[in-house]
Amino acid sequence: MMATNPILEIENLSLATSAGKSLVTNVNFSLGKGESLGLVGESGSGKSLTLRSILGLLPRGVEQVGGAIRSDVRSAMIFQDPRGALDPLCPVVRQLAEVVYYRQNVSRKASRTIALELLEMLGLPDSLKQKDRYPSQLSGGQCQRIVIAMALACKPGILLCDEPTTALDVTVQKQIIDTITRLQQELGFAMVFVTHNLAIASTMCSTLCVMKEGQIVERGESLSLLQNPQHSYTQMLIHSVLPLPELERGAGV
Amino acid sequence: MNTTLLDLQQENQGVLKRILNTPSLLVGSIMFLLLIGVAVFAPFITPFEPSEQNLYAILQPPSSEHWLGTDQLGRDLFTRLIYAARTDLKIMVLAEIIPFCTGIFLGMLAGYYGKWVDTVISLVTDTFIAFPFYLIVIIVAFASGAGQKGIYITFILVGWIVFARVTRGLSASFRKQEWVASAQTMGIPGVKIILRHLLPNVLPQAVVVLMTDMVGLLVAIVTLGYLGIGIAPPTPDWGTMISDGQSFITTAWWLSAVPGIAVVYTGIALSLVGDGLADLWRRK
Repeated sequence: MMATNPILEIENLSLATSAGKSLVTNVNFSLGKGESLGLVGESGSGKSLTLRSILGLLPRGVEQVGGAIRSDVRSAMIFQDPRGALDPLCPVVRQLAEVVYYRQNVSRKASRTIALELLEMLGLPDSLKQKDRYPSQLSGGQCQRIVIAMALACKPGILLCDEPTTALDVTVQKQIIDTITRLQQELGFAMVFVTHNLAIASTMCSTLCVMKEGQIVERGESLSLLQNPQHSYTQMLIHSVLPLPELERGAGV
Repeated sequence: MNTTLLDLQQENQGVLKRILNTPSLLVGSIMFLLLIGVAVFAPFITPFEPSEQNLYAILQPPSSEHWLGTDQLGRDLFTRLIYAARTDLKIMVLAEIIPFCTGIFLGMLAGYYGKWVDTVISLVTDTFIAFPFYLIVIIVAFASGAGQKGIYITFILVGWIVFARVTRGLSASFRKQEWVASAQTMGIPGVKIILRHLLPNVLPQAVVVLMTDMVGLLVAIVTLGYLGIGIAPPTPDWGTMISDGQSFITTAWWLSAVPGIAVVYTGIALSLVGDGLADLWRRK
């Protein structure tokens, strides 16, 4: 874990509302090049807020009250609700090309070419090249692919994923996870992955941090953490996943 | 796949078909276009001039020659009615252009940037709202002398407020949505976000407001004409027509009633268009 210089360091990060209610307290973690780290925990445990603070995307009324975030690479974010992350009245390829134009400093024409390449990279249908479409005309999974393409257009060193599969169908979830994994292998970006789905977190990330009420209560290498949870909250999280009945019977025999 | 199905549905349902499925928009547009058509082609529709007097045929009831009769100076009422539509509708549309643009722009600035920009713009809108609209209209009308100028000046001064308030609220709510945040983190400049992404999203609502606001403006124009501080006489105007006919209300009631009905007709047409557009955009 300490092999390379960290590209993202979070030290004693504390967030609170302007009224003074503490939301996240003393969160520490660091991320090396190409590493992936999972933040898991129940809703309201502060994992999304921690992630958003990296980009300075805190909602109005929430402030950073302590600690430091150090990062020397660009980061880009994938959101939970793909439709909400796209301008509903702007065709998707145009939105994508716009990000390329501003982030990669290329001409308008080149930005469109790069945008089309990104479409291909993400396995979006070829018909989009001929006829641009609005987000409402695409499925949730396709919208999420566009959002990922927009994030990649920023050439990020760190990809921040805020529950990118929660709003999608189960079958599509798998495809999106596979796509993100493939892209990470191809492009080598580091990743912070926020989710409450332990199965996804453990396949995507080598390290997991379990958050509860704004604090990291346990951290460790994914598999050992799941197999041998120390903190009672981690144990509870693991047991709260409903097992498939078929498998349960099979294991019992 | 459900995507292709969705695609087919949306492709088949063209703009025209969607308009046909919105009866209020259809009826409203037809009523309004008819009105515009009559106003534009007024010289071809009637053989008379609006200020052509015939003192031998005053206060005549409707006949085949004078469809709506004549007024106290023997002028053809129908001719005056459609020429007045020209004046009143022209002022109504022209006076809305500048306030519509400035209102939307200021509203978006306030909603998007928040903080002190919002404080300043909201302070100004709230201050203007504290004054009754007609008080301002009448003061400006007197100050600038009777005629169309007063209406234009008043509307440039206060007309933008309603648009600013609507777009400010909308922009502030879009501001909280993820796509605006995402556009910001992806390095798109604020001005571009406002003009390319925020504007198309607030425009439909602003247009709906524009329709109802135009009705209000028309009533203001007519009221000023009625009070004698609006459009100056020989130019035909529904307001002056109503007040001119008032003295003959017992014998020739249609002199006042007909221009009144014209105002109501325009109001209904514009309200239906606004309602229909709101319906249309809500369904999308």
